[in-house]
Amino acid sequence: MRTVLEVSGISKHFGGIAAVDDVSFEVREGEILGIIGPNGCGKSTLFNCILGQLTPSKGDVRLDGQTVTGMRPSDLNRLGVSRTFQLLQVFPQLSVRENLILAGQEHKGTMLSRLFGARDAGLTGEADRMIAFFKMQHLADERAGGLSYGQQKLLDAAMAFMAGPRLVLLDEPAGGVNLTMLANLKDRLRAINVEQGATFVVIEHNMDFVMSLCTRVLVLAEGKVLAQGTPAEVRADKRVVDAYLGH
Amino acid sequence: MTTLRSHPVACALFAVIALGLLFGPLALNRYGLYILSLWAVTTIAAIGLNLTLGYAGQVSLAQGAFVGIGAYTTAIMTTQGWPILAALAVAVVLCFAIGWLLGYPALRVQHHYLAFVTLAFSTLAFLVFRNEEWLTKGIYGIIGIPRPVVFGFPTTRPLPFYYLCLGSLTLVSLATWWLVRSPWGRAFVALRENPIRALSLGVDTRRYTLMAFAIGSALGGVSGVLYAPLVEFVDPTPFALTHSLNLLMMVIVGGAGFFFGPFLGAIIAVLLPEWLRFAQGYYLIVYALFVMGLLVWSPTGLLGIADRWMAERRTRAASAARAAAAPTLEKEGV
Repeated sequence: MRTVLEVSGISKHFGGIAAVDDVSFEVREGEILGIIGPNGCGKSTLFNCILGQLTPSKGDVRLDGQTVTGMRPSDLNRLGVSRTFQLLQVFPQLSVRENLILAGQEHKGTMLSRLFGARDAGLTGEADRMIAFFKMQHLADERAGGLSYGQQKLLDAAMAFMAGPRLVLLDEPAGGVNLTMLANLKDRLRAINVEQGATFVVIEHNMDFVMSLCTRVLVLAEGKVLAQGTPAEVRADKRVVDAYLGH
Repeated sequence: MTTLRSHPVACALFAVIALGLLFGPLALNRYGLYILSLWAVTTIAAIGLNLTLGYAGQVSLAQGAFVGIGAYTTAIMTTQGWPILAALAVAVVLCFAIGWLLGYPALRVQHHYLAFVTLAFSTLAFLVFRNEEWLTKGIYGIIGIPRPVVFGFPTTRPLPFYYLCLGSLTLVSLATWWLVRSPWGRAFVALRENPIRALSLGVDTRRYTLMAFAIGSALGGVSGVLYAPLVEFVDPTPFALTHSLNLLMMVIVGGAGFFFGPFLGAIIAVLLPEWLRFAQGYYLIVYALFVMGLLVWSPTGLLGIADRWMAERRTRAASAARAAAAPTLEKEGV
């Protein structure tokens, strides 16, 4: 299968601290790669380096073979790379539908055509389909700031899929989400993966979620790659058990 | 999606205000017309600042300086025989370009740091107005600014000039209404609420930030273009930092980020002092206490009160609808 994302020797130093240290891995098309590791091991910093929120101290990021290291997040997004954040990142004053329209509008036409074009950039139908897909029809007109934490997490994930991305990086999507909603989220992610062939990289601490969703798992410890393989291989790896999973 | 038809009370109120603004001034004296024209002119500047600050969340203490640039451009050009439309075009382009450049610091600094950058620009502009006598005639100012002839109608008398100001306010309002309801308006709000998330969704935050500054500043310039013939004399004093602070207060008191906020804020800042004249020397104290009390009670301004009330109503209705739909949703596992 084709390689979508290639991370080669990425390091990120903050003063004397190496938050990410020479990390390399590949993500193939249609794959769901899980990234796990203890708190502070550099998972989110790695995401930020891949997605242009931080400039890596060393190393390269390639998308479909093209170097995108240090590219602005908005430009990467227009190349079909989307993300969610560890902490809630919705627009509280906008309604659920408006949040979703915003998530897709910059992919439609030019800046000038958006000014003189339709108010919804022709995305109301698509937003409503996404709302129905994530089972949030009863919340469509509510302000995002008024939703519960779990509902905002769902909206956050839905926004990441609004523009039909090829590659989505999800940072702790299950954090703080109750079991029913978690099952819904996992079900939706799997459906998008199968139906649209979207590729995922997922940072998560919820081991049941990771082991049942991901096709491959990468383990980070102290900024370095400790192990990688199928969920079963990782679970059986003594180094991973000692450093993270526990006995 | 809500429409005007679904809010009959708001529609009726809007119609009454529009009719009042159209026909009420027929009964006003010269001073009353001057105050109402000043309200319209000031509202245009406040609408511009509301775009930059209220919608896009970029603090600016320089709006008064842009009003000054517009006013001086008009004063210099129209006293040299240029038509006001030429002055308008130059003022808009000049303010747009300077506003765009002033937006660059906003790409690096935010909040009170950005306020200080714009404050420095405001001071710089004031120094130019006061000291560059070859251009601005310094503290002596520029006198004899003519009122324009619009489509063959002279606006020398107060009533026609008031209608020119009202017409300009209407055009600016319609254009701004279009802008804030377009995808640009949504991007501006995203910029204010969460620039990092906006960036990750493909919003070019850099270009939208610069646009918010440039368009807001250009509207400040439009306000200045009307201010100069309104007072028929331009000197540096009205464009000092105090005017920028006043405009900031109008936006915040009216309700930053609400379309009608600047209209209300300008009423408070321009008309309220007139209504408080009965208090004579104490009117500023009454005025200050009113503003302080209002902001303590409602930091989101006058329209914030209405918004809170409506949000509570919506939440109550939504809770009731959710309670009614609960059994179905549970079945669906939401």
